[in-house]
Amino acid sequence: MSSTTSVAMPPTRGLIPLPGGFTRRGLLIQLGLLVAVIGLGWWFWSNAQANMAARGLQFGYGFLDRSAGIPIGESIIDYTPADTYRRALTVGLLNTLRVAIVGIALCTVLGILLGLARLSSNPLLRSLVGGYIEVIRNTPLVLQLVFWHAVMLQLPSVRQALNPLPGVFLSQRGMKIPALSADASLYLFLAAMAAGAVGWWLLLRRERARQVATGQRRPTVLPGLAMLFGFPALGMLAGFVPTVDWPELAGFNFEGGLTLSPEFFALLVGLVVYTSAFIAEIVRSGIQSVHKGQWEAAHALGLPGGKIMRLVILPQALRVIIPPLTSQYLNLTKNSSLAVVIGYPDLVSVANTSINQTGQAIEVISIFMAVYLLISLVTSALMNWYNARVALLKER
Amino acid sequence: MSATTLPAAPPRGPSFAERATGFLRACFAGPVNSAITLACLGVLWLAVPPFWTWAVTNATLYGTAQDCRAAGGACWAFVREKFWFSIFGLYPFEERWRPATMIVILVAMVVLSTIRRFWGRWLLLGWAVAAPTMWILMQGGVFGLSFVQTRQWGGLTITGIIAVYGLALGYPLAILLALGRRSELTLVRWFCTAIIECVRGVPLISLLFMAAIMLPLFMPQGVTIDRLARVLVAYTLFTAAYMAEVVRGGLQAMPRGQYEAADAIGLSYWKKMRLVILPQALTITIPAQVNTFIGLFKDTTLVVVIGVFDFFTTLRAALGDPNWLGFPTEAYLFAAGVYFLLCFAMSRYSMSLERSLKPGGR
Repeated sequence: MSSTTSVAMPPTRGLIPLPGGFTRRGLLIQLGLLVAVIGLGWWFWSNAQANMAARGLQFGYGFLDRSAGIPIGESIIDYTPADTYRRALTVGLLNTLRVAIVGIALCTVLGILLGLARLSSNPLLRSLVGGYIEVIRNTPLVLQLVFWHAVMLQLPSVRQALNPLPGVFLSQRGMKIPALSADASLYLFLAAMAAGAVGWWLLLRRERARQVATGQRRPTVLPGLAMLFGFPALGMLAGFVPTVDWPELAGFNFEGGLTLSPEFFALLVGLVVYTSAFIAEIVRSGIQSVHKGQWEAAHALGLPGGKIMRLVILPQALRVIIPPLTSQYLNLTKNSSLAVVIGYPDLVSVANTSINQTGQAIEVISIFMAVYLLISLVTSALMNWYNARVALLKER
Repeated sequence: MSATTLPAAPPRGPSFAERATGFLRACFAGPVNSAITLACLGVLWLAVPPFWTWAVTNATLYGTAQDCRAAGGACWAFVREKFWFSIFGLYPFEERWRPATMIVILVAMVVLSTIRRFWGRWLLLGWAVAAPTMWILMQGGVFGLSFVQTRQWGGLTITGIIAVYGLALGYPLAILLALGRRSELTLVRWFCTAIIECVRGVPLISLLFMAAIMLPLFMPQGVTIDRLARVLVAYTLFTAAYMAEVVRGGLQAMPRGQYEAADAIGLSYWKKMRLVILPQALTITIPAQVNTFIGLFKDTTLVVVIGVFDFFTTLRAALGDPNWLGFPTEAYLFAAGVYFLLCFAMSRYSMSLERSLKPGGR
């Protein structure tokens, strides 16, 4: 810090604002740091090269194109053990992304529900949910994952699979759900649904403009829903019905449908239950942070309960909720690496096997650290963008 | 509610009967609330009696695995049998007094540290003496104590060691990183920001892998680093990065006037920080620090991935005892109970501190 800056005559500001620390002492400290970092890095590097040479290894990413020989139980893309390390790591990354994306969607919904239940006027519900949240938040995630995995393994065998909903089977082999066959009808169905969503959005825009102009407000929810589901229904009437692939018991295993392995299911349940408890507390404190006067003012205007929440409370609560919510999403993504404990083939798990097989520790670790950093940066960039939009509403 | 309260009401709180009727009235206020209450009672009815039957009525507290299977309920005898193993792990049996003494010192220091009256120089000095004492006690090799390799340490002892040494080593580093991130020196700021963001951006598991696999590669040939020491390196770095962000929050929350006042009386940078800014910034963030520490404490369970036997992993290893096969639920419930008690106690402590540290609440 520049303690030499004279108070009597503030330094004139140059045309180009120079970064701070341009005193002699500051420059010396920075130079020292630079030398130390480079020196340490060089020392590490030369040691690593000597060590690797002693083990008959050479630094380089060439091993990525060699055949991996790692059997991976589940994959979204085609994969055989004969494929390259590059492909094996991609499979791991996709598995990580799959559990993270599904997990984020589910834990947001569950977290909001739990958070609202914490604020219920019913004291029994409030205290039950409160106790549940405390228990979940105060026990380690590893323990919970192992617990859910043990629960999955204690489910009945395939032949006595639980059938809680038509087409949904739960057994030791995981969960079976109906799948949609990827054919022309499915794409048409999805396109019609997207058109419905766009229609809803356009309607919302028009009605908002009308409300600004005339002060009248027309219902948008029903027509919107009608478009969202009506367009695909029209397509189905026209004969483009997507084929549903129902799982069926055939011999000793199921045929058809989509399989969620016990490991995936245990990891997903564990991550969602754990993270949603944190999100519930974030939602609760966010809503409670809105001043009581806001509720009273909205009541005084005669707004009904749902509108108070949607138009007055939530826009203000979101400002408080979004930043910690972002870090929970990132936590979930990072925590998905605990998959290695229960044997789900995520990125870290595949990377760990790759290190054991090739010995290229530095390369593999650098790859997955870079991937996680990238995921973190992209997620926080997206959430910051959303947060900026929400925060802007406040300034108006 | 406030409309019905008279200003002259007696200062005592509502009696138990009044509170109970208030609770019931709120539970059945209107049809929606009644329905919710009934649904909750239904869930409780489905969950609690079977659990009670398993955990209490049919449970076996004394006896063997055969007795447990015969009774059909929870096998608490298993937990009793493995209790000391879960605390000491594979530490030599006749030397167990050493980890036991270490835990007593640790608990005593932690309890002393929670009392605000003792906060100060002497407490720091106490920790500075206690930390090496505990390590020497565990490792031995001097003062006639036999040498015990760290790979024989295990159980709750090692959980405590990782958490406490991680915090003790990481905390000073965290303060340096937080100061560095707000430094005027561009390179220092970049360096500290990069370290904090890189460590926070990757999972702790990957740091542990890095320490376990890469750290030996970075050392000169022939130099080996103890496995527990590698864990501590990763965990310390992790603690430092997370704590640094909490401390930075405190530094930013300081009013500008505090910095300017310290400048105005001509304090140097380090004196300004040590005497004016840090005492305030650290104090106001203590509740947040405790909360961060709860998360870090739970994360000690992650050391399982590189084969260090912490409390939970030791219990899981105990499940493999051929005489006691088939009681994982009891072990997991016991582990969950221990972690819950410790974490819950910390979070309640953090809440009480938050109340007492509030400006004006003193």
